[in-house]
Amino acid sequence: MTEIISTQLTPKDFKSDQEVRWCPGCGDHAVLNSVQKALVELGIPREKFAFISGIGCSSRFPYYMNTYGFHGIHGRASAIASGVKIANPDLSVWQITGDGDALAIGGNHFIHAVRRNVDINIILFNNEIYGLTKGQYSPTSERGLVTKTSPFGTVEEPFSVGELVIGARGKFFARTLDSNVSLSTQIYIEAAKHKGTSVVEVLQNCVIFNDGIHETVAGKEVRNDRTLILKHGQPMIFGKVNDKGLILDGLKLRVVKLGENGISEKDILIHNAYEPNSGIHFMLAHMRYPEYPVALGVIRAVSGPTYETDLTNQIEEVKKASKIKNMDDLLNSGSVWKVD
Amino acid sequence: MGKKSKVIEREDVVIRFSGDSGDGMQLTGSLFSDTAALFGNDLTTFPDYPAEIRAPQGTVGGVSGYQIHMGHTEIFTPGDYADVLVAMNPAAIRANIKWTKSGGTIIYDKDNFTEKNIEKAGYIKDPVVEDNLDQFNLIAAPISSMVKEALKDFGLDPKTVLRTKNMFALGMVYWLFDRKLKYTEQYFEKKFSNKPEIAEANKIALRAGYYYAETIEALAPIRINPAVIAKGMYRSISGNTATAWGLLAAAEKAKLQLYIGSYPITPATGILEELAARKDLGVKSFQAEDEIAGICAALGASFAGMLAVTSTSGPGLALKSEAIGLAVMTELPIVIIDVQRGGPSTGLPTKTEQADLMQALFGRNGESPVVVLAASTPSDCFNCAFEAARIAIEHMTPVILLTDGYLANGTEPWKIPAMSDLPEIKPPFATNRELPYLPYKRDTEKLSRFWAVPGTAGLEHRIGGLEKTVKGTVSYTPDNHELMVNLREEKIARVVQKVPDLKVSGEDSGDLLVVGWGGSYGYRVMAVRELQAEGHKISNVTFNYINPLPRNVGEVFSRFKKIVVCELNLGQFANYLRMKYPEFHYEQINKVQGLPFTIREIKEKCLKLLEK
Repeated sequence: MTEIISTQLTPKDFKSDQEVRWCPGCGDHAVLNSVQKALVELGIPREKFAFISGIGCSSRFPYYMNTYGFHGIHGRASAIASGVKIANPDLSVWQITGDGDALAIGGNHFIHAVRRNVDINIILFNNEIYGLTKGQYSPTSERGLVTKTSPFGTVEEPFSVGELVIGARGKFFARTLDSNVSLSTQIYIEAAKHKGTSVVEVLQNCVIFNDGIHETVAGKEVRNDRTLILKHGQPMIFGKVNDKGLILDGLKLRVVKLGENGISEKDILIHNAYEPNSGIHFMLAHMRYPEYPVALGVIRAVSGPTYETDLTNQIEEVKKASKIKNMDDLLNSGSVWKVD
Repeated sequence: MGKKSKVIEREDVVIRFSGDSGDGMQLTGSLFSDTAALFGNDLTTFPDYPAEIRAPQGTVGGVSGYQIHMGHTEIFTPGDYADVLVAMNPAAIRANIKWTKSGGTIIYDKDNFTEKNIEKAGYIKDPVVEDNLDQFNLIAAPISSMVKEALKDFGLDPKTVLRTKNMFALGMVYWLFDRKLKYTEQYFEKKFSNKPEIAEANKIALRAGYYYAETIEALAPIRINPAVIAKGMYRSISGNTATAWGLLAAAEKAKLQLYIGSYPITPATGILEELAARKDLGVKSFQAEDEIAGICAALGASFAGMLAVTSTSGPGLALKSEAIGLAVMTELPIVIIDVQRGGPSTGLPTKTEQADLMQALFGRNGESPVVVLAASTPSDCFNCAFEAARIAIEHMTPVILLTDGYLANGTEPWKIPAMSDLPEIKPPFATNRELPYLPYKRDTEKLSRFWAVPGTAGLEHRIGGLEKTVKGTVSYTPDNHELMVNLREEKIARVVQKVPDLKVSGEDSGDLLVVGWGGSYGYRVMAVRELQAEGHKISNVTFNYINPLPRNVGEVFSRFKKIVVCELNLGQFANYLRMKYPEFHYEQINKVQGLPFTIREIKEKCLKLLEK
């Protein structure tokens, strides 16, 4: 497969002539690389990609992609991307957004895009801070975070992206780490292939204003013990030596140690990303360290009707049934009369 | 249908149906106007309804009205004062009496004049005394009891029976104006084909009213002969439908699919509804989660190569401002329709006003020029919407089209145009024959950029709200920004090549020039015609192009001794003209009551200016 692709496009073909201006060490660089790698695997010609963004550090992304791109206004990328996809369902439409862009100013557009299930791929860079405006708290900042606009700590509850997506009847949700390029690439490919709105939350590091915010779970030394990479059809096992797993204990998930209290691999939950019932997916999206590992990978991927397909079909059906074929027909339809 | 007593012939007549907002007055009025139009009268209508779906019953605030002006002559306005007022309850009289001609006829439902209803309407005891109703020809018809009687053997519940009251009243008016019941009967047969008993009940009530009017001798029938109008096929059209159809016509001419992204808002919702129903013509309609998403989705569709529109009213235009700025910056075609209503804020949602002019012209951050058009009659909305789309596409720019509540809901007969008579529209698509594609490379004449549609190989590019160089590279360079600001300004100025010269109605020079824009058209035309007939040297001009203005403005203005600007706001267009043509002095006629002008108001103020 690699051979066939290499005669076609390479990640380099997706790099634009613009100099990448994110801070050195910013997690965004890795996301850009992962996306460029993923696109190559999709077998879609370059002119069929459109990258749409709002405002924020991550929203500069389209400028660095040698595809069609639209850098919009703050919060509105979901609406613009929906318009692009509905206008031309042949395009592969990607929305690049951040925690402020998607969940504060653009919260309304975000949940409605998810609800409508327009076939767009949303990559949400979650660094739990406002970077471009230089360090104010965001709707995903943990309660108590001290920032320039919360000098004594925030007094508000953060959004959890996955729970919000599932609450908005989302059909695809995945989570990844900016630094894990191979996992991210695989997730972007799955997101692109999924028909309907796909939301990928990237736990991304802002090296300047919120450095190390994900380090507790994402740090090299600890990540295997503190994250769980979900794979459809595979048991939910994690840990440096694959010694931990998840079971359902009553109405809750519980972390267990394999080999302890008679627990073996067969007791561990098997991940089913395609299960329409969102119960387990919601619990997986909810998991936080230290009680649980943070779930990575594709948590939910359920098929359902997409907006643009249903709209296109409806148009075709109405066209077939209607006597009105053009404007002259419409102008002369209904109650008309002749003046001699 | 029985013999007619002596018939009086009249040139024109104004009828106003009014009742509680649940009394079905809008339907009654539109059925009457359809019948009049099919008979061959010229006409204009004006629905006037409260913002609440069911305002407190029986109160003045809950009165819904529908006015029709029909004539043997050309009709330009729905008329200032009613010759016939149909009042379903005391509140309807209270609300409309000052708009009824002295000596006119009032038909009212006697059964509804209970002590309670009289009080609710704000009368103390006796409307006849308190509102001096003796000066009118009063016809106290027991409408409620008559429909109960007529439908007593029908087995319908009392509520359904009483719902036919409006048809009884309509039947009376049909007799009064010597009209056939046929079209209205056909309407009910079609509308209630699944409920034949409801269709029959309405038809019986209609006929009962007709015969009742014939039986009582309080009425002398009036005949309004058909108007002399140009030959051809006609239909009745409202401003909102005409707007929707103008956009559809432009899409067909441009060979583009139409995309509307909108959020429901009074009085613009009709445009979204009409286009949502037009899937047979391939319209992609998107009812967004809010006004902002409506325009942003439309802009996305424009980027992707569709003819994109968004429709709204004043508060919605305010919400869309930032996205209009994005359309200015990305130089994408989009039509924004603002059906103006009384403001500021929520204001008077169902009432008309022309106070969004400054918002349309200047309501954005930065130097942000857009083309602004204004329609002047319900059917003119078709032409203006078509032109708005043609300019947007061919000049790659947002265009704001201003209509208003009066135009949106008003109807008039319209000579149906042939699509072959409309001009072609040529989208300036970029091709991959000339590479590399530079997003901000411009047409040398129009200064507009070229439209590179996603999906076309070789034209991949990035646009956005940040300032760019011609190559599409983000740039904060001082000189580049100034260059681009000037180019965007000049691009809009060059749209003037599509703007027709102002046409003066009346003599080319004189003592007073009445100037106006948008929906005040009919009232100005009539007032000026009457003053011309009285021997005054007065003329009228109507602006449909607000930005850019027609080229001959200064030349036209210079030939009149005085200029008066007539508009439903505190003088926004007058101030705009003062800015653009400071060499002239502008008098003003303004009104902000949520209502159109009356011909009389304009005449009186013009007379004062002529006397001075």
